[in-house]
Amino acid sequence: MALNVPAKGWYATKVAKDEKSWIVISVIAALALFIWMSAWHLFGKQNPPVSVYTTTPDEFYRLAQANWQKYKVGEEEGIPVVAPPPGGDVFLLASTWRWEPVIKLKKDQEYKIHISSLDIVHGFSLQPVNMNFQIYPHYDYVFTFKPTSSGDFRIICNEYCGYGHHSMIGKIIVEE
Amino acid sequence: MFIKCDITGLNVDRRVVPLIKANAIVSVVALLIGVVAALLLVLTRWQVVHLLPMDWYYRILTLHGLTALVVWIVFWEMAGLYFGSTVALNARQVAPGLGWLAFVLMVVGTALVAYAVLFTQRADVLFTSYAPIKAHPIYYLGIILFAVGALTVAGLFFANILTAKKEKTYGDGPLPVFTFGLLAAAIITAGTLLSGAVIYIPTFLWSLGLIDSVDSLVYKMIFWGFGHSSQQINVTAMIAVWYLVAFLTVGGTTINEKVTRFAFLFYLIGIMLASAHHLLTDPVRSASWKVFNTSYFMYIAVLASMIHAFAVPSAIESAQRRRGFTKGLFDWLKNAPWGNPAFSAVFLGILNFGFIGGITGVINGMEQTNIIVHNTLAIPGHFKGTVVGGTTLTFMGLTYYLIPLIFRKKIRFFGLAKVQPWLFGIGIALLAVGFSTLGYLGVPRRHWDITFSGGPFTFTFPPVIDLFWVIVVLGGLIGVIGALAWILIVVASVFFGEPLRSKEDMQIPIADVPPPAEHKGFAAPGTFTLTLIFLTAFLLFTALNWGWLSVMWEVK
Repeated sequence: MALNVPAKGWYATKVAKDEKSWIVISVIAALALFIWMSAWHLFGKQNPPVSVYTTTPDEFYRLAQANWQKYKVGEEEGIPVVAPPPGGDVFLLASTWRWEPVIKLKKDQEYKIHISSLDIVHGFSLQPVNMNFQIYPHYDYVFTFKPTSSGDFRIICNEYCGYGHHSMIGKIIVEE
Repeated sequence: MFIKCDITGLNVDRRVVPLIKANAIVSVVALLIGVVAALLLVLTRWQVVHLLPMDWYYRILTLHGLTALVVWIVFWEMAGLYFGSTVALNARQVAPGLGWLAFVLMVVGTALVAYAVLFTQRADVLFTSYAPIKAHPIYYLGIILFAVGALTVAGLFFANILTAKKEKTYGDGPLPVFTFGLLAAAIITAGTLLSGAVIYIPTFLWSLGLIDSVDSLVYKMIFWGFGHSSQQINVTAMIAVWYLVAFLTVGGTTINEKVTRFAFLFYLIGIMLASAHHLLTDPVRSASWKVFNTSYFMYIAVLASMIHAFAVPSAIESAQRRRGFTKGLFDWLKNAPWGNPAFSAVFLGILNFGFIGGITGVINGMEQTNIIVHNTLAIPGHFKGTVVGGTTLTFMGLTYYLIPLIFRKKIRFFGLAKVQPWLFGIGIALLAVGFSTLGYLGVPRRHWDITFSGGPFTFTFPPVIDLFWVIVVLGGLIGVIGALAWILIVVASVFFGEPLRSKEDMQIPIADVPPPAEHKGFAAPGTFTLTLIFLTAFLLFTALNWGWLSVMWEVK
């Protein structure tokens, strides 16, 4: 009883059939979700990456500059456009309040995209696909992406990063 | 020291009543601020109005998170902890002076935070204040003082219970379920505030320049050990209140004391580590760390909620059946005291919490599907279902009993009180569903302008979002009206209400406990049906999420 002490023998009271069934169903559901989550690592194609390196903003910036120089194919709105070869690495830099560079990819090819922040925490939100990840300074988060659709995509920032947060928008182009 | 309550027959410590009243009143003031802020925010995010300028949007958002999520709920819970460990146990208050000290600390802490947010222009950091974003030191100091106060009250709660046990004030046996649930909540409070100390104290020192840096990933992990565990305090306290309201409104008692109590214990095991689900899409090197924490520790907590999801409605159903409403599956529900706002608030709270908050919560907490919702509006959609449509509505409901029993006043505008839970419950449900859908369409949370003005590129979300923004605004407005109605009723009753002279003045009765009955087979077939409907909804929505995920870009 919510306000009364339970009657003697409360601990020995048998669990009713429906309540017991519900508990069993719930346990099975929880176990199934656990198995599903683990199995998706083996059979699923979308898993949060686990390759992460510690870095510093300075080091990451240097690596990014070198990478862009190598693969730069143009410029858009003053931002370099970079086209890495299929299977290659490309560096994406988040800083208040911009994403650099514009990245040009080919559909159905794999790329390693290194993402880190120069200053504070940002949110990588790929639109309109709607895949979302958290980006930190000091951590090089390496995504092995394979774009399965082509067109113009946007990266918007969805972690609050100060007054220019709403203007932080970048671009990924995927060609057939 | 004691006065005997002529309605419940309980001994009430004269010294605890003003403590309960003071904490409850501050909580109502905080809710009022939170609600006004919410109105400004929803009218800013709806780009048709776009009310606030950018800096004030983030400032008010910070204020809203703190007042609505922390100050309102925690002050109300402090009142609840005093009530549950003294009045409900027929017991006395230990060291009431310390209670007042805690109260002053919490009020001063709140005032400092509000000052830092509104006037220093250096605390637009939002509720999470993710390092290396740095707030004014006064901001962190205020939170620390508030937490010390809350921890003191949790300590007093333990002391009260031990004293009551020693003095045998509530009989010889285990604690009543309501207080047992609150005990679980108080234990989680202690663990939560420990995480809070681990993260806020170094961050405070860092803001003063005494520490060089705070690692942003470590900050986020420990912050949520505080931030999400504190939500588990709310859940646990809310469920304790569900049992209490089932008892007060229909004389319902859990059909199995053992099951209910174990479910409360599960919360203690599960929730602290389950906070790891905040790092599912973050640069963490180990997938097994993520899966282990969310599968084992989170699902122990989820399992506890599933058990309560059966135990609370079945307590109501069983009492109603014993009262004679035995026809069919749902005669008991049809004949429930819907005219009692405490009952309707709790029942709607259960539906909101389960169907909106619970389902989205489990899906958000799965490693891979979190990719879809992380930092989108689906996250506020989730917690509008849990902490607003669930906890806040539940606390509003029990307040309808606190007005006559603690404040000894009749409820003013009783007609309005009967519809208030529906306004708030339905408004918040619309808001939560609107938010969630927008999140699934990619709309970010905490974002001043989703037209990305001033950015190098443009982006337009699918036009269907306009419809869901209208649902959000509609739900938000109805919810705000429901909340303001509740505040009006409480303030008018407490300060300008007619005094309650006797049991006959009670507008909402305390139900008798119906005679016990032998259960054969199913104890609560109606509840069992409801939980199966819930399970079906959950499985459908889960399947939709995985289906959607499977057509996204491949990533590993």
